[in-house]
Amino acid sequence: MMTKENQLQIAESLKAHFGDDILSTETPFDFLTITVKKEKIKDVVQFLYNDESLQFRFLTDICAVHFPDASEKFQVVYHLHNLVNNYRLRLKVNMNGEHPELETLTTIFPGANWMERETFDFYGIHFKGHPNLKRILNVDDMLIHPLRKEFPLEDQVRLDKNDAQFGR
Amino acid sequence: MAVDIRADYKPEGIEGAGFFATKLDDVVGLARKNSLWPLPFATSCCGIEFMATMASTYDLARFGSERLSFSPRQADLLMVMGTISKRMGPVLRQVYEQMAEPKWVLSMGACACTGGIFDTYSVLQGIDRIIPVDVYIPGCPPRPEQVLDGVMKIQELVQNESRRRRETPEYKAMLAEYGII
Repeated sequence: MMTKENQLQIAESLKAHFGDDILSTETPFDFLTITVKKEKIKDVVQFLYNDESLQFRFLTDICAVHFPDASEKFQVVYHLHNLVNNYRLRLKVNMNGEHPELETLTTIFPGANWMERETFDFYGIHFKGHPNLKRILNVDDMLIHPLRKEFPLEDQVRLDKNDAQFGR
Repeated sequence: MAVDIRADYKPEGIEGAGFFATKLDDVVGLARKNSLWPLPFATSCCGIEFMATMASTYDLARFGSERLSFSPRQADLLMVMGTISKRMGPVLRQVYEQMAEPKWVLSMGACACTGGIFDTYSVLQGIDRIIPVDVYIPGCPPRPEQVLDGVMKIQELVQNESRRRRETPEYKAMLAEYGII
């Protein structure tokens, strides 16, 4: 299991190797979370993969968050897992822009292919070098990126909804 | 007490020793009604409820729907059961278009009728936005008894339908409204 010493060790190891590219280290709810500069995310993940003492060789998830009020509007979150020691790690990357760009992780983890497509589909985040970056769950010709906060959840085609019953 | 038990409705006609003369429409309606072959387009939870309807307790097969077919060419009744997302819309449309006339559509469950509780960017708000529907069964999910009731209503439509209906200009105009030529 991942003890506080292990977490400290991993954080120290990353800090020693990458220095200023590691922007912060936190443990919300005892889950090691490291914020990385967006240009370096691929190098960090590659290091975590290759290093024999770290061995984070399983990519659990890639997802994104949209913070419309923050200074850095989009955040992409990577969850990695060390299957040998059962350690989990979360990497966060903050960025701005209408279609923020990031390096793809498909060369390290083939599983990142569909995860990045989903992130692109719902948030509009472009992954440079992705072999097939197109929508995966929504209709192919959709113009918007639905999970961004400016777009409403409800389908706008309905004309029969009584506002009073929806609390509006 | 004498109870009138009748297996099925007998059409009006002239009966005699060894013959029964009636309208062809009535006979064809009777035959079609009692042998509707459904295409279970089951997507979500309503599909599971349909499985219960096909099983022995509620047995849809006793209404003539013994042979379910997943091939649209061989089915009469398209039963759409479950949430249809916008991505699935063209698929459903293609399946409907591949069915041969005469065909009927049964929309089972709230999601297929109107989008159900999923009023979102990804769910089609009712299949009648893309294909014409004959009978709607509301419910989330509807009980098997309600599904049987819906099928019986389809049977009523089938029995009373004129054989010329599919060639009439009104029917073609209705299809044209959906963009189906």
